[in-house]
Amino acid sequence: MECSFALTGKGYVLIAADTTAARSIVKMKADEDKIKSLGPHLLMAYSGEPGDTVQFAEYVERNIRLYQIRNLYPLRPASAASWVRRALADSLRSRSPYSVNLLLGGYDTATHAPSLYWIDYLGTQAEVPFACHGYGSYFALSLLDRYHDPEASLEEGLATLRRCIDEVAKRLVVAPGKYKVKVVDKDGVREIEL
Amino acid sequence: MSIMEYNGGSVIAMVGKGCVAIGSDLRLGNQALTVATNFEKVFPVTDRIYLGMSGLATDVATLREQFRFRVNMYQIKEERDIEPEAFAHLVSSTLYERRFGPYFIEPVIGGLWKTQGGEYKPYIAAADLIGCLNFAKDFVVAGTASEKLFGVAEGLWEPDLEPEDLFETISQTLMNGVDRDAYSGWGAIIHIVTPDKVVTRTLKGRMD
Repeated sequence: MECSFALTGKGYVLIAADTTAARSIVKMKADEDKIKSLGPHLLMAYSGEPGDTVQFAEYVERNIRLYQIRNLYPLRPASAASWVRRALADSLRSRSPYSVNLLLGGYDTATHAPSLYWIDYLGTQAEVPFACHGYGSYFALSLLDRYHDPEASLEEGLATLRRCIDEVAKRLVVAPGKYKVKVVDKDGVREIEL
Repeated sequence: MSIMEYNGGSVIAMVGKGCVAIGSDLRLGNQALTVATNFEKVFPVTDRIYLGMSGLATDVATLREQFRFRVNMYQIKEERDIEPEAFAHLVSSTLYERRFGPYFIEPVIGGLWKTQGGEYKPYIAAADLIGCLNFAKDFVVAGTASEKLFGVAEGLWEPDLEPEDLFETISQTLMNGVDRDAYSGWGAIIHIVTPDKVVTRTLKGRMD
């Protein structure tokens, strides 16, 4: 089943999402990238109804890009999160709502602060130090309560993330096999091999 | 599973002597799973009016934006701040607009209104999710811990409390109310509104 994790540290946000694309009980693909970069300093992990996810993620990606083209500067993480939340909240009360859950991580180049937003398909938004979506959250959140440190270096953050992934692999019956990990910090967005 | 209890959370408002207090807990959950412990449910509307909302968190955020817009439009048209009573009816009609597909929130309003003589009188009100207003002389509650809050408030509240005593009363009521509710808690925030200033304090609570 789908799992995504994210945590903040000293000047960065780490986001991990599993790479399986499943339909019913069948794994269709094992290297699907479910983390999109929405800008030079903004990452979004998406999960939920297959089809809705990619459709909605691309809609968000294009609109955030359009804002940057029109205004010559990108949306800051808090504003981007508000916009995405609004898009989901409006969709919830439409004829065909998107069922997409998101983790939005960004680095604000103006205040030099990393921020992470947890958003679900209802349009519920929360700014959090760490977050998860999917069945993995039942195991990972308690680990993160114990081990998360907002002042941790990238190496320490990755160690905490690895702990979460290992625990989910150990205890969850339907644990995914592989994850893609991305980080956003002052230098922008990049992928990390665990 | 009720949709009103999906995210958890509680709000309360109380009348004092020339002041009002309004507060909420800080939990945001997904049923029994706590997602965030910094989710405030009380928002300033004007310098002397605060609005608290409990219920479905997505609607709390949406309505907060909607009320900000409508209050701004009112201020531009009328060239004055909205009074608590008018705001209560604005809340009521906004909710009743969605009578057959409601926003799943229960609002609580706390504010001060200016009399002809220039003094300020406390005003509190609450409503259900379709905007049926409930004016009260003492206190109003909403949210997953509302039954407990009613009980504690009934025992602790007394008329004509000074701001500092009112703060103690509302804090004790809220803390002891939400501690008996698994869906509320994780700290609280209280605003004391007086004619010349608003004092905001965050409370630490049981983190379990």
